[in-house]
Amino acid sequence: METLIQQLINGLVIGSVYALIALGYTMVYGILGLINFAHGDVLMVGALTALQTMMFLMGVAPGMSPVYMLTIALMVAIPVCITLGFLMERLAYRRLRNAPRLAPLITAIGMSFLLQTVAMILWGRNYHTFPQLISTTPMQPIEGVFITPVQVIIIAASAAIMIGLSLLVTRTRIGRAMRATAENHRVASLMGVDTNAVIAFTFVVGAALAAVAGVMYASNYGIAHYGMGFMPGLKAFTAAVLGGIGNLGGAMLGGIMLGLVESFGAGYIEHLTFGFLNSSYQDIFAFIILGLVLIFKPTGLLGERVSDRA
Amino acid sequence: MHTNPSSPLLQLQNLQISYGGIQAVKGIDLDLWAGELVCLIGANGAGKTTTLNAIAGVLPIAGGSILYQGDKVNAVPAHKRLRRGVALVPEGRGIFTRLTVEENLRMGAYTRKDKAGIEADLERVYTMLPRVKERLHQVAGTLSGGEQQMVAIGRALLSRPRLLLLDEPSMGLAPLVVEKIFEVVQSVARDGVTILLVEQNANLALEFAQRGYVMESGKITLTGSGGDLLANPKVREAYLGEVA
Ligand SMILES: Nc1ncnc2c1ncn2[C@@H]1O[C@H](COP(=O)(O)OP(=O)(O)OP(=O)(O)O)[C@@H](O)[C@H]1O
Ligand SMILES: [Mg+2]
Repeated sequence: METLIQQLINGLVIGSVYALIALGYTMVYGILGLINFAHGDVLMVGALTALQTMMFLMGVAPGMSPVYMLTIALMVAIPVCITLGFLMERLAYRRLRNAPRLAPLITAIGMSFLLQTVAMILWGRNYHTFPQLISTTPMQPIEGVFITPVQVIIIAASAAIMIGLSLLVTRTRIGRAMRATAENHRVASLMGVDTNAVIAFTFVVGAALAAVAGVMYASNYGIAHYGMGFMPGLKAFTAAVLGGIGNLGGAMLGGIMLGLVESFGAGYIEHLTFGFLNSSYQDIFAFIILGLVLIFKPTGLLGERVSDRA
Repeated sequence: MHTNPSSPLLQLQNLQISYGGIQAVKGIDLDLWAGELVCLIGANGAGKTTTLNAIAGVLPIAGGSILYQGDKVNAVPAHKRLRRGVALVPEGRGIFTRLTVEENLRMGAYTRKDKAGIEADLERVYTMLPRVKERLHQVAGTLSGGEQQMVAIGRALLSRPRLLLLDEPSMGLAPLVVEKIFEVVQSVARDGVTILLVEQNANLALEFAQRGYVMESGKITLTGSGGDLLANPKVREAYLGEVA
């Protein structure tokens, strides 16, 4: 029983992070029909920028409270990622709006290599220890079940962000414009919507979520490096496809579900394979799911037909 | 309202529009004066939709010019033309099928800031189109074709247009619904909104319109008052299904 609850908690933590990243993929896909493969690398830039900021602060103000330090690091990482997301759209993807679909896809993959290479030049090839400013000393709410304060914060902050984003999209004027643009750019512009601005805004929101997710991911594992965006990026993409790409609720559901599958899978993979694979093979679950969804339900759990998309 | 009443509200001068290398509109001239209801009729593929889309700014033009309120607006993007009072009810209605009916209507008022005015205009649309009011919270994709057309018109009205462009509002609808839609169009015209109406249903359109233009293969071939065109044997033969 304790193991089960423990795995549930672990799954929720990583699933929340996947969900935040998956939202960025799915929002951009919803509005442009583009899979922005560089999205995972925005997360990496967020984590490394935060790391750099914390290092700087530790140098100039060694006595600063960890909460302030983390807050400032986020307040630097978020605008940096926002700028990055904005520039990617403005300089690369916008020019390819009417190009054949392969062109923006290949550009996105190129963008991913570009970001990783620049990050490698700036921060080197090594793994960096990510300061764990929030306590990682496990608490024991139930005998035998452990949860760290950082995990509590990840779950709570992700939930708050997802609620906020849902309200933004369903209740506000810009959210309505986002949904209208996603459905039909041309008609949205006939309503007076500056669709270029709405698309840029979508990229910016996705990038901000990625920055937060990057700091969470690095805080949880205590490590950051230039290639760290690849795996969570791919998993979050899987989560978005699982939930139904283009659908916000789907990205949230898909992220949490993938986190849970991985966490439970890691717990039982040894039994399942009679000791052939151990828990370090937990990454295979994401790709098994991706394969199964694409074969049996390409529209995902909450997805609708996407063939009518521009 | 209109800055220079001695010039037309809308003027197309030698307007040309191409798709790729193929010219769909081959240099047309058209004047629309404030307060007029003018119709543009023509066979399938004549270039009517192309012309309306270019006036609304969702299609680039290849030559000539579009003057609105005396200004050349050739390069003004669609969202800015709406702010200046040009609204298009597109062919096929262009409803946001995943938004609710109310959200669709509010999209029409997207650029407006006068909350009270928007609520008042919503109420006016509801009284004009009572069937819409019963379905406010329904996703618009579930509406019938006629209801969708009414939402599309109501949505355009919520922008408080000066110039309303209507692209075949009667397309595919039952005669009773068409009648209702034409009643709405007439009442909008009576409120002083200038209307350019594209119709396949030439009989009905010419009956309501003060003037009409006939378009064939990208050119304007005939123009005159609604009555004159209705009486014209060529029009009767080509568009009203009569044998001369
Ligand atoms: N997106 C497009 N790409 C290429 N050609 C097009 C496109 N849209 C229209 N055309 C062509 O341009 C010409 C004019 O089309 P348009 O839709 O403006 O005609 P229309 O008068 O509105 O016809 P209908 O009564 O059928 O609506 C036609 O020959 C059509 O095939
Ligand atoms: Mg047409």
